[in-house]
Amino acid sequence: MHPLGRAYASTVGKKYAMAVSGVILFLFVVLHMLGNLQIFLGRDALNGYARLLRVEPALLWAARLVLLAAVTVHVVAAVQLTLRNWAARPVGYERQRYLATGYAARTMVWSGPIIAAFVVYHLLHLSIGTMHPDFVHGDVYRNVVVGFSVPYVAAFYMLAQVLLGLHLYHGLFSLFQSLGASHPSYDRWRQPFALAAAVVIVLGSCSVPAAVLAGTVR
Amino acid sequence: MKLELHIWRQKGPREKGRFVTYPVGGIEEGMSFLEVLDVLNQNLIGRGEDPVAFEHDCREGICGSCGMVINGIAHGPRRGTTACQLHMRHFSDGDVIFVEPWRARAFPVVKDLVVDRSAFDRIVQAGGFISARTGSAPEANSILIGKETADLAMDAAECIGCGACVAACPNGSAVLFVGAKITHLGLLPQGQPERLARARAMVEAMEGEAFGSCSSHRECEAVCPKRISISTIARLNRDYIKASVARPRHASGKVQEPVGT
Repeated sequence: MHPLGRAYASTVGKKYAMAVSGVILFLFVVLHMLGNLQIFLGRDALNGYARLLRVEPALLWAARLVLLAAVTVHVVAAVQLTLRNWAARPVGYERQRYLATGYAARTMVWSGPIIAAFVVYHLLHLSIGTMHPDFVHGDVYRNVVVGFSVPYVAAFYMLAQVLLGLHLYHGLFSLFQSLGASHPSYDRWRQPFALAAAVVIVLGSCSVPAAVLAGTVR
Repeated sequence: MKLELHIWRQKGPREKGRFVTYPVGGIEEGMSFLEVLDVLNQNLIGRGEDPVAFEHDCREGICGSCGMVINGIAHGPRRGTTACQLHMRHFSDGDVIFVEPWRARAFPVVKDLVVDRSAFDRIVQAGGFISARTGSAPEANSILIGKETADLAMDAAECIGCGACVAACPNGSAVLFVGAKITHLGLLPQGQPERLARARAMVEAMEGEAFGSCSSHRECEAVCPKRISISTIARLNRDYIKASVARPRHASGKVQEPVGT
């Protein structure tokens, strides 16, 4: 067997694959947020940026394929690992007290699928437009404003961002461990980094639906 | 001090277990948790009942035999303490205490609180050693080791293989145990020749047992009686991945072993 296939057969290799795909997806989330924040620069800035992304279709599809591959690896490895983890403790404890783990870490396996479902809805809502009340191809600014003018849609977006934040808070810490990145000189910064990045993503992403609801972006 | 113990009783590996309630009196503050079980067992033997089976050996926190989940925490509420070193002054009169065996598919219950931890032995047999020629011991100072490295290796070598890490991990993962062995040997010069082969062999042996994977919950680190750090897990991951991509230099396809073994 190829060494990489052999490594993937182990839980350690699968966690490595999850960390690498997770990094790719995190970088996408950051770039996606930076792109979206251009809505505050006005209609022309955002629509111009959207056009720029489509200048070279080959490049756009290459990026999409990388993301699709990352999502596939992330989901497949997560399912495989979760099934193994559940099987590892067939009889649970009568009493169990957790000392170190937190809400974000224990709900990774639930925040993940909810975020995946949100992404599907998000694509149908603002990329393809089939779940949008009045979709106009190319006018991203208008689609966002009209889309988020429905309060429960905006609320669901913000809820999904909070779950994404929780997922990132644990994932961005855990990936250092999975990749074997640990050293006394920076170990104490891993958790604060994960927290800061998660907070920035949540606030940055929520600012768009919040601004539409508040009427500052019209 | 009087306590109400709820202890998991299970006659054998294939029997169905259940909690049995035992009121135990005459407990003194200076007693260890295992001595409370001793008191209970004397009462049970006196009444002609089967005593509670639990593992113990040194009773000074270094052998790794004892281990049970006490009120939901592996080895009980004191950090960095084995069950045998857990003294009753940390409990109060009238406390209700649940005592359960380690729960993991890889650690099947043998009887009551005793579990079969031979999965750990099989992992160690796969690579938790260095290959050295027997004969007269070499001069200790012929290989110099920096103080910092020696300390870090010793921190990892403190692992007593009790299995609390597996018991506390929500995934029943053994990576803290395996990471401790890989770190302990991998940091020292004597462990270098087999470092990658060891990481690969030990991780693959671990995969062959029914342990789960690491999710960085850090519960293992919190209950470890020797306070082994999760940095040992990062080292395990690093060495294993390195070993996976390393091209074997030997025709056999195995990572080369030291000459003379």
